[in-house]
Amino acid sequence: MKQILVVDDSPVVRKIARRILTDMEFDVAEAEDGSEALRYCSEKMPDAILLDWDMPIMDGLEFLQAFRKLPDGKSPKVVFCTAQNHQNSIMRAMTAGADEYIMKPFDEMILRDKLEQVGLV
Amino acid sequence: MQQQSFDALCAYLKRTSGLILDQSKQYLIESRVLPIVKREKLGGLADLVLILERGQNQSLAKEVVEAMTINETYFFRDRNPFDKFRDVVLPKLISARQSERSIRVWCAAASTGQEPYSLAMILDEMAHKMPGWRVELVATDLAEPQLTKARAAVYTQFEVQRGLSTAHLLRYFTQQGDTWQAIDALRSKVQFRQLNLLSDYASLGRFDVIFCRNVLIYFDVATKSDILKRMARILAPDGALFLGASESVIGLGTDFAPDTEHRAFHTRGGVGAALGQPIKTPVIGTAAAPVGGLAARPILPTPAAQSPLGSRIATR
Ligand SMILES: C[S@@+](CC[C@H](N)C(=O)[O-])C[C@H]1O[C@@H](n2cnc3c(N)ncnc32)[C@H](O)[C@@H]1O
Repeated sequence: MKQILVVDDSPVVRKIARRILTDMEFDVAEAEDGSEALRYCSEKMPDAILLDWDMPIMDGLEFLQAFRKLPDGKSPKVVFCTAQNHQNSIMRAMTAGADEYIMKPFDEMILRDKLEQVGLV
Repeated sequence: MQQQSFDALCAYLKRTSGLILDQSKQYLIESRVLPIVKREKLGGLADLVLILERGQNQSLAKEVVEAMTINETYFFRDRNPFDKFRDVVLPKLISARQSERSIRVWCAAASTGQEPYSLAMILDEMAHKMPGWRVELVATDLAEPQLTKARAAVYTQFEVQRGLSTAHLLRYFTQQGDTWQAIDALRSKVQFRQLNLLSDYASLGRFDVIFCRNVLIYFDVATKSDILKRMARILAPDGALFLGASESVIGLGTDFAPDTEHRAFHTRGGVGAALGQPIKTPVIGTAAAPVGGLAARPILPTPAAQSPLGSRIATR
């Protein structure tokens, strides 16, 4: 079973994502901001990360930059899932090492599709 | 709804556009045709059917047919056919067409454009293998509103997230507020035309690949067979036909047979091995069709976005 870490400060989004991802047979872990996620990853590296952008303490982009520098931080797939939906933001995220990008609002089909795009399903 | 009017409308639709509607599609009539009845201030469906059958109001007839066509589509729908087009069919055609240096693709039920633009992206990415070739992508559909949207190539945020990778989105689209538009270089690769699949295809010329996906399902067996027979006539002997994931040629004549190795497309008359064999295709004058040849030229990556920050719809 692949593990996916859902990083989002909204409990509602985490809950929706957990439901869809559990249905897809992922083992789901949660973190509510970038720094909590980074702590989690330095102990236990997930197979994939679903990452919000705007979060208190450490935002998604800062997290991604730090995450990719971790010893095993190159291989997990990182999929942004955020309301930052400007073309320039998307480009910045992809340049920083994101594998895919979901613009909120999203639905189950989009989430599935994007995880498929990066080879997780 | 009166059964008689429903049946009469079904018969009319079958005759004019080939569409087969059974009882399960009654809701479509209720949601799409009854509003037209109301707007025209007609007494009911029976009145509408009468007008249609008299054939005096062509614009109304057109509107009814268009309202009943189902136009759901996404970019790279089902992915596999597009992978096989890129990885199997196109490479074989490229080696088989070294002397003609020409490839023509027909997307026969283009709907709002996602399918032909997906093919255009693949052809663009393969353009370096076809330097100076004439690459044509003809996309047709019955419904004018779908074609209008396809030509404009403006898609919602939802639409561009269905099937399209972020890399393709950034490379081939620019953001305009809440929507995304395909860049001119991509749009110009597709020639859109209105065409009823029940009508003649001769004016389209000859093709190497035909995508006819998720439209045969709406036709009866005789119509399907007839369409396949006529498509076989304009498809190169070593060409490939792609159908929808739930469609097959079983029971529809012997013009096509599934390619058993790749299970993603069909070849003519079961000559699965024909693809790639150095069959000499006669050079075909593209019958009267004013389809200007497009040189295979790669599209440059899009410059950084110029569009202003679109209003965000957040669900946080
Ligand atoms: C479900 S869409 C398929 C779109 C695309 N090929 C795909 O697979 O995603 C079906 C399309 O067939 C078109 N169509 C229906 N009847 C037709 C006919 N008689 N001739 C041409 N197009 C037709 C409809 O207008 C609609 O756009």
